Amino acid sequence: MQTEWVWGLAGGLLIGLGAAVYLLGNGRIMGASGILGGMVDKSERSFERLSFLVGLIAMPLLLRPLLSPTPETNLTGNFTVVIIAGVLVGLGTRIANGCTSGHGVCGISRFSLRGIIATIIYITAGGVTLALMRHIWGLI
Amino acid sequence: MRALLSLLAGALFGAGLLISGMTDTTKVQGWLDVFGAWDPTLAFVMGGAILPMLVAWRLTSGRTPIAGGQFPTKAAPELDRRLILGSVSFGMGWGLAGLCPGPAIASVTYGGFGGVVFLLAMIAGMCAAPALGAQLDRAAKAA
Repeated sequence: MQTEWVWGLAGGLLIGLGAAVYLLGNGRIMGASGILGGMVDKSERSFERLSFLVGLIAMPLLLRPLLSPTPETNLTGNFTVVIIAGVLVGLGTRIANGCTSGHGVCGISRFSLRGIIATIIYITAGGVTLALMRHIWGLI
Repeated sequence: MRALLSLLAGALFGAGLLISGMTDTTKVQGWLDVFGAWDPTLAFVMGGAILPMLVAWRLTSGRTPIAGGQFPTKAAPELDRRLILGSVSFGMGWGLAGLCPGPAIASVTYGGFGGVVFLLAMIAGMCAAPALGAQLDRAAKAA
């Protein structure tokens, strides 16, 4: 569909607005992996973080029935791939101290060298992994 | 106050992820798949998200956060093995499934059983990260 980039841009602006509220309001960097990671490894638990996660889960739940066509995740049904991918994402984002939101959105907009380098690395690693697994080995 | 602002930020983030199509793994993999039917949407999402943040970072200078405290200081521009190896691991998982942490959390109510399994596996990885990170630091010191 040709209007997809408009939705992409509009959604992106909302994501950036959320990050701006979190930064200017609470003085924190909106990083999904850091917020969830700190909660689950008990390094930084707070009501503020829990509240962020509630908003992040509740809003798509409320908004989704209003959209047409209804957005789906279309996640692969291969559970081996799902589990390996999940572990790699969880490990990697916490060791690198950031993901697409923290290093990508918040880091690049601050001209942070670490954010820019991390983003180049994870996009490249993702592209190479997908090329190998899908086009060379035909595994996914 | 802090909790309310967090709730608002999370809700905006969730709305943006949903309408931009970033909780759809085929769109994310479409962006990463340069040898397939390449999908540029993610670039528009990233660009759109960076714009308000360019303004927000400018507004931080000479001010303090609305809810009190201090703005985060900029980390030293250090490229250590944590940043590099961690980002490689993250990218590999992202390419495999098409989910990164934000969308994985945002889509948990409608991503089916697979979505829940991904989130649990991601949490397991997050819990294992501090120990593995410490191992990396020891290896770096020994080298």
